[in-house]
Amino acid sequence: MIARVLIKPKDGILDPQGKAVERALPTLGVGSVSDVRIGRMVELRYEDRAELEGLCEKLLVNPLIEDYEIEEVAE
Amino acid sequence: MRFGVLRFPGSCDEVDALMACERVADARIVWHADTDLDGIDAVVIPGGFSYGDYLRVGSIARFAPAMEKVMEFAADGGPVLGICNGFQVLCEAGLLPGALLPNEGLRFLSRQVDVEVADADTPWTGACRGGDVLSIPVKHTTGRWFAPTELLDEVEANGQVVFRYANGRNPNGSLNDVAGVRNERGNVVGLMPHPEHAVDELTGSTDGLRLFESAVRALAPV
Repeated sequence: MIARVLIKPKDGILDPQGKAVERALPTLGVGSVSDVRIGRMVELRYEDRAELEGLCEKLLVNPLIEDYEIEEVAE
Repeated sequence: MRFGVLRFPGSCDEVDALMACERVADARIVWHADTDLDGIDAVVIPGGFSYGDYLRVGSIARFAPAMEKVMEFAADGGPVLGICNGFQVLCEAGLLPGALLPNEGLRFLSRQVDVEVADADTPWTGACRGGDVLSIPVKHTTGRWFAPTELLDEVEANGQVVFRYANGRNPNGSLNDVAGVRNERGNVVGLMPHPEHAVDELTGSTDGLRLFESAVRALAPV
């Protein structure tokens, strides 16, 4: 099975990367986009969902600063 | 008294750290795949980009065989100092509270900073007095120390902040001007500034030497 692990900075944590993108928006004439948050996406193949969740908690995500969700992808 | 300085693939400050240690005691390098800390009295985890710092800074290095041993060493009360990337590794390993985030300004910083000693009661600061201001360089992109509110309150209440950027001149946006923290027991300390780069007048300051002298003093037979 294939999953996408979507990882983003926790709410309330300053995300300077997102802010930098936001600051570029006016020069592009984009007025309706705000609250940009930049995270990571890890796509992987797996067999055991519990093992995958363990991996997220242990390595892929730092739960102090990041939230994540696992999205299953149709092959 | 002998220091052990860890070397991961991607470490880059281990030689400076080794030389700083050698100014005050014996020291040797410990390769990341080694599990032998025999004869080592204090451990320094140096700066750099362990395992390329892919994923998150310090996140993969914490699983190195040498780190398993360092965790046992720390659990037994052995003094451990993490500098810059070493600090990040110790936070990822759960040996120190908090996490390091990208600098507020997103830029790589390389400059001399003033660092105030907030806790002179650790094996790495015993040669300082509380309130001493040390001139030490920082050089990092991911040095903004962060802890969720509850953890921050706990760290402050326990007096676990060991170093703060002095005079409110905080280079990276870290919470409460934190430049370095310790574990509850006090034997594990991490900081973003680089004391190993401030051990010779040639580079402007010898203040960093005090951390290494502190460890020697802490381990000296009474």
